[in-house]
Amino acid sequence: MRAVDAIVECLKAEGVDTVFGIPGGANLPTYDALYDGGVRHILCRHEQGAGHAAEGYAKASGRVGVALATSGPGATNLTTAIADAVMDSVPCVFITGQVRTDMLGTDGFQEADVTGITMPIVKHSSMIRDPRDIPREIHEAFHIARTGRPGPVLVDIPQDLSRADIDYEPNPALQLPGYQPKSEGNVKQIRLAAKALANARRPVIYAGGGVVSAEAAAELTELCTSDRFPVTLTIMGLGAFPAPHEQWLGWLGMHGTRAANYAMDEADLICAIGARFDDRVTGKLAEFAPRAKFIHIDVDPAEISKNVPAHIPIVGDAKRILPKLVREYRALEADSSRLDAWWERIHGWQERYPLTYEDSDDEEIKPQFMIEAIHEATGGEAIITSDVGQHQMWTAQYYPFSAPRRWINSGGLGTMGFGLPAALGAQVANPEATVVCVAGDGSLPMNVQELATCVMEDIPVKVFLMNNFYLGMVRQWQELFWGRRYSAVDMGTSPDWVKLADAFGATGLRATEKSTLLDTMRQAIETPGPVVLDVHVSKEENVYPMIPAGAAARDMVG
Amino acid sequence: MAEEPAASDVLSLDELEAVSGARTGRRHLLSVLVENKPGVLARIAGLFSRRGFNIETLAVGPTDDPTVSRITLTVDGAAHPIDQVTKQLHKLVNVLKIRDLDPDETVTRELALFKVSADDGRRAEIVGVADIFRGKVIDVSKRSVTVEITGTGAKIEAFEELVRPFGLVELVRTGETAVTRGRLVT
Repeated sequence: MRAVDAIVECLKAEGVDTVFGIPGGANLPTYDALYDGGVRHILCRHEQGAGHAAEGYAKASGRVGVALATSGPGATNLTTAIADAVMDSVPCVFITGQVRTDMLGTDGFQEADVTGITMPIVKHSSMIRDPRDIPREIHEAFHIARTGRPGPVLVDIPQDLSRADIDYEPNPALQLPGYQPKSEGNVKQIRLAAKALANARRPVIYAGGGVVSAEAAAELTELCTSDRFPVTLTIMGLGAFPAPHEQWLGWLGMHGTRAANYAMDEADLICAIGARFDDRVTGKLAEFAPRAKFIHIDVDPAEISKNVPAHIPIVGDAKRILPKLVREYRALEADSSRLDAWWERIHGWQERYPLTYEDSDDEEIKPQFMIEAIHEATGGEAIITSDVGQHQMWTAQYYPFSAPRRWINSGGLGTMGFGLPAALGAQVANPEATVVCVAGDGSLPMNVQELATCVMEDIPVKVFLMNNFYLGMVRQWQELFWGRRYSAVDMGTSPDWVKLADAFGATGLRATEKSTLLDTMRQAIETPGPVVLDVHVSKEENVYPMIPAGAAARDMVG
Repeated sequence: MAEEPAASDVLSLDELEAVSGARTGRRHLLSVLVENKPGVLARIAGLFSRRGFNIETLAVGPTDDPTVSRITLTVDGAAHPIDQVTKQLHKLVNVLKIRDLDPDETVTRELALFKVSADDGRRAEIVGVADIFRGKVIDVSKRSVTVEITGTGAKIEAFEELVRPFGLVELVRTGETAVTRGRLVT
């Protein structure tokens, strides 16, 4: 069998129904095998788009996303998506073509050292040197991508090797002696954690995207509600605990709620689950949660005590550990009334500092109003992707997510242009769902070419563009920290988004008035096929509250 | 899981201590077994550079198993939390085993080649110093003498101090390698 036919067989054996990519010289053999191989291929318009589509597919479904690219520029175009996937722990397999082995190292046409370039941004990678290894390497890539802390794996295949004839045997044995992720969690540590929770007077449960990756949202909710533990989530974790909920403090960090940030600041015990104490969460590290001891549950041992020293580290899979923690905690029969004073304090913050904004008294559409309208128009049930910037923060603030895998954004890398291709991938994984991309007018142009993919493949994503004609988040920082010197943030009025959507063969709509916004959104959702709805919002609204960069939670402004 | 008596259910949070993340303040010698595959050394070097860890010395070689190589490296535990270094290394799929060697339980050796200027008829003096260090003269020319010294880093540095006044043309060191004392496998 040709090695490339074996690749397609491996993809099917791994349960892959769809791959995203673009063909080119070095991966022509693979595309020949895909021609009638029985796996759906979606032709994207840029490899970065294909990479983010694979991420969106993975984030929405929990399955491994796959993207293909040719050698050289095809592969280098993938790198932003690979870096995005490693930062947000997204299980993806990237298969790139490479020049023929006799050309390797000669600066041949479309040659780039892709395994070298991507080394710092992959969970693992390999370059094929013997075509007989291809099936095993592909299966190893899937195994590594989806187990432990998920992440991107790259397999680089020289063109001549992919054409070789090999003896293909299904399910080759994996050879990964150095890869053994832990899952169970240490029983003594779990017991100690339960005891610490039972003795805490001001506890906070702080969970992140790891809970979503581990499919442990129900287990998290069980733990939180095994007592009246206050809960906050990172922006990556939204949906892992159902919002709104009486124990829900809102998300935490730079643009999180005051209640969540103040609770972290005053907590005596913080139980971190699948979260990594990112600088956007901690603010000034030296002043982060100064009174707290830390339980840290994470599948990646290197996250423990990386940024914040843990007192009770537990390494393993949250889905396996949390039920044991709940059992141990219940057995202690802790007196719930010890949390009364703590809740009184938290309720005080919640009443004093609710998440709110000043609505316009005319037809001007405030960005926060726009997000609330999306929530209403979708019944809170949509899969929402976003780009990066102010609109992302407002979406996370004003669209409560009641279930995991409904909120898909680029948290770690902060990749502008992520939203549309991610929505495309999410829609492919969930053909029946309403998928909305909340886009920014700075971000959308960065991968707008994928509208063509949506039209051609009949992928009916709805792009709701929050258009303030600025690189809004940068403008906000220039306003607040750089004396209103607005340097290179004016996006002007180009393009005409309605005409652009029309040119792509999608439907273009526009909303400029508050009173008709909701109806226009509903019209967009009911329109078959992809839609771009250009919503003109207040130009200079700021995202608040905010912990200025390098400041402590105490110093939130706005 | 058996339930513990109620008395031990009480825990003062003040008693809890952070378990890691601290700097040890001393030099650590890490013995790392890796799969003998292309690019593994690049992965390790890349990991150190992007995490800001500094490798002080590095020695790489085969082991008795042709599929496995050993990398012995030293890292400053005052500059980096050493557990973070080892945990990040463990995340590399090709890394099989890491030992943070206990200095008291380890024999370390390094080989150094000193090319010393012998311009002023001082060759005999240099050879005399080399003899004291049980060094070997491995090359002689009209104007230089090259000495091989094997030992701990401290011994090599002591020899360096003594021969520097003669005029040190070149010094080449291999980096430290190490093996545990006794029957225990490194």
